[in-house]
Amino acid sequence: MKLIEAIIKPFKLDEVKDALNEIGIEGITVSEVKGFGRQKGHTELYRGAEYVVDFIPKIKMEIAVSDDLVNKVVETIQNTAKTGRIGDGKIFIISLEEAVRIRTGEKGSDAI
Amino acid sequence: MKLKLYLASIMLVILSGLIPIAAMAEEKKDTPPAAAPATAAPAVTTATVPAAPAAASPAPTPAAAPASGAAATPPDVKPVLNTGDTAWMLVSSALVLLMIPGLALFYGGMVRQKNVLSTMMHSFVAMGIVGVQWAVIGYSLSFGPDMGGMGLIGNFSKIMLNGLIIMKDAASGTVEWALFQNYTKEPGAIPELVFAMYQAMFAIITVALVSGAMAERVKFSAYCLFVLLWTTLVYDPLAHWVWMSDGWLFKKGALDFAGGTVVHLSSGISALAFLMFLGKRHGFPHERMAPHNLPLTMLGVGLLWFGWFGFNAGSAIVGPNISDAAGGLAGLAFTTTTIAPAAAGLSWMIAEWIHSGKPSALGFGSGVVAGLVVITPAAGFVQPGAALLMGIAAGLVCYGGILLKAKLKYDDSLDAFGVHGIGGTFGAIMTGVFATVGATGLLAGNAKQLMIQFIAVLAAGAYAFIVTLVITFLLDKTIGLRVEKEDEIMGLDQTQHSESGYNM
Repeated sequence: MKLIEAIIKPFKLDEVKDALNEIGIEGITVSEVKGFGRQKGHTELYRGAEYVVDFIPKIKMEIAVSDDLVNKVVETIQNTAKTGRIGDGKIFIISLEEAVRIRTGEKGSDAI
Repeated sequence: MKLKLYLASIMLVILSGLIPIAAMAEEKKDTPPAAAPATAAPAVTTATVPAAPAAASPAPTPAAAPASGAAATPPDVKPVLNTGDTAWMLVSSALVLLMIPGLALFYGGMVRQKNVLSTMMHSFVAMGIVGVQWAVIGYSLSFGPDMGGMGLIGNFSKIMLNGLIIMKDAASGTVEWALFQNYTKEPGAIPELVFAMYQAMFAIITVALVSGAMAERVKFSAYCLFVLLWTTLVYDPLAHWVWMSDGWLFKKGALDFAGGTVVHLSSGISALAFLMFLGKRHGFPHERMAPHNLPLTMLGVGLLWFGWFGFNAGSAIVGPNISDAAGGLAGLAFTTTTIAPAAAGLSWMIAEWIHSGKPSALGFGSGVVAGLVVITPAAGFVQPGAALLMGIAAGLVCYGGILLKAKLKYDDSLDAFGVHGIGGTFGAIMTGVFATVGATGLLAGNAKQLMIQFIAVLAAGAYAFIVTLVITFLLDKTIGLRVEKEDEIMGLDQTQHSESGYNM
């Protein structure tokens, strides 16, 4: 099992979620994060006081998948979340040791 | 270090201005109404004038009638209640009250989220403290008959608004209402209670304006004490000097229609004095302290503008040589209060657009407030064309003031001095240039008026600055002005009020 972590641009969330549903992924966790990579921040000016805003809002998606689905999921996310401009985001694939469904106690592939 | 030099030089300028003031103190005090029309002339009749048609007891001559042997002046007439004026003044009073929550929103939106309630409380608690103080002694000190004859302060005869309701017959509960007659040659009058309440709102908002400089770090208890001391020791005397017929600046002929000197200059310069002991916010200027809720600020601007119509147009009640509160003069003040802030909002916005690249909402809102401040002393004295020019200038001058602050890096958090102090001073001086209605200024050929305006500005500014310095020093040495550094970092809402502004 793998945990796929994808940092994407916030406005892409609905598109990516719909695309993942279409390929059979039914469980996603989403959090609002901020960060920066190569995409720089911007400057705000309030009554003569200038502020540089380094961090840019992003969405982080976490999806637990079985190994056979990993490539398909990564491909789907990359295709839908891509805009071609700096700041599109990153995908991380992390080894997932165990998963448990709380309601039933199921473990492993049955839990994801 | 820069700040100390800057403030020291301000003090020097102010103190040096006291020299011509002292020199001119020997000038003749009473001026005939024809030659040099004075500003606000509350000729308060303390005699009873029955609202019901009963036998009228002869009213003693009001204190303010300027004695002039030369011109043939019409005789004094008894005050008669004018219901139209009264209705308008009641509404105006409510309008000015609305400015204080407006100010709370204006300031509250500009601070960080963790301090929003604390900042709004500065305005709201002023409503409480000054609302009480005004009834107890404030009104008497400001608009009571002069104590000592020097035109510096009122006496205690109107404590607890004594004399405004006259108990004619305790057994049957019949009362009479003391009337406020602005100009003794015309009968129009409003109940003095209404006048007192109208002025109360001015007292409240003036001290609330000072709070702009001390946001996000002042201790609430120290602030409450400051409010009480400042309104009694600074505002009440200044109101007496400028707006009471036996006030010394009024007698000199200083023009201040609705409060450029009494309200804006005094609060602005006092903010600066307070800053000398308060110090900067922790983390200023490198830490990000952007406004947390500009929609609140814009709402505040809207409410301020709306209420300001009561502030300026209602001040027609103290217009020179007339008794009308609701009439042409109010109409003029309403007009200038529309044109000037509109022009100022635009000029600030455009200046910012050119200078910084983008027109900001905060910039437009600030420009509107600057325009309102600058037109305040001139509202009923200048014509629409002058209002337009003053508005355009207001946006530019106050925008420059803000940039100066950014450069000098002193922490006047919400620009109490930058907008109100600088704007009020500029407006008061411009009144001496552009006045043509009910008074004459430089452009109408009266250069002396401009000189008088300078004197008034210097005197009021120096007095407010010095007394505030003393009050602040005492508070600093006794209970302390600032919260603890940890509390400041955590946020004043939590640490001063045990509250959180947003629990969404």
